[in-house]
Amino acid sequence: MPAPPHGGEVTIRPYLVGAVLALVLTAIPFGLVAARPLRPIQIFIVIGATAIIQVVVHLRYFLHLDLKPSSQNKLIALCFGAVVLLILVGGTLWIMFNLNYRLM
Amino acid sequence: MTDAVTTAVGSDEETEAEEAGRAIDQRTYGFWIYLMSDTIIFALLLATFVVMSHNTAGGPGGHTLFRLPQTFAKTMLLLASSTTFGFVSAAIAVGQRWRVLAWLSVTFLLGLGFIAMEISELYGMAVAGAGPWRSGFLSAFFTLVGSYGTHVSVGLVWIVLSGCEVALRGLNPFVVSRLCRLGLFWHFLDIVWIGIFSVVYLPGIL
Repeated sequence: MPAPPHGGEVTIRPYLVGAVLALVLTAIPFGLVAARPLRPIQIFIVIGATAIIQVVVHLRYFLHLDLKPSSQNKLIALCFGAVVLLILVGGTLWIMFNLNYRLM
Repeated sequence: MTDAVTTAVGSDEETEAEEAGRAIDQRTYGFWIYLMSDTIIFALLLATFVVMSHNTAGGPGGHTLFRLPQTFAKTMLLLASSTTFGFVSAAIAVGQRWRVLAWLSVTFLLGLGFIAMEISELYGMAVAGAGPWRSGFLSAFFTLVGSYGTHVSVGLVWIVLSGCEVALRGLNPFVVSRLCRLGLFWHFLDIVWIGIFSVVYLPGIL
């Protein structure tokens, strides 16, 4: 069977692994919010952590992003996007909450 | 029932296939850069929402508006549709046209289920007097979730068009290349949803 023109062996397996991992990482925060066994601040931290891990899982298993040279350009674009995002989002939140605090 | 994606027999055809492969790689990369810019749009809409999240102006807040089971169902629909699009990619890799069409249809139906749930949620809120005009919090919420829904709807139209193309033209390299970008878009939308349920819904319900 000839390989697809966009390269790489594509099978169902990585998608199944990704789906199971994503399912677990979704069930944890939803379960915590439903049952509330921890204090809200602790639950916030778990929600944030599972979200970040799940984004990495999606990038790895669904978008096939890895550390090989073939996806280096994509990784660089992603890192640049992340830097722009941190500056814009971090800056927005910092400025707006600071303004809010000073006007109180 | 197996259509070969490329037929690399002679050396001329092989260089042709290589050239086509390079062109497709470039387009995929360009599309990836578009996705990064779209991420920034969604991140800023999320940041706007966080800034506005306490400005309910005496109206309803997230705690009374958001439903955990509904949010969970929407999340599952999206995750399932992302997974079934993975099965589309796997079917493309082995060149099985009817399997591609079958999994594309499943992906479409799951995405349609998500959109139906979202429209009923937003419509229900608007009818109950919690529309985007009610408060800054609700304006930010409708802007964010509305633009997300628009993206998913565009994805659904794209899936229908790609399905027609696969049915009519078969899996030639150009059709496969477009499907590949559609896949990137669809998986990307699921990543954006992680941000939305983690920043908007779960903290709102908590």
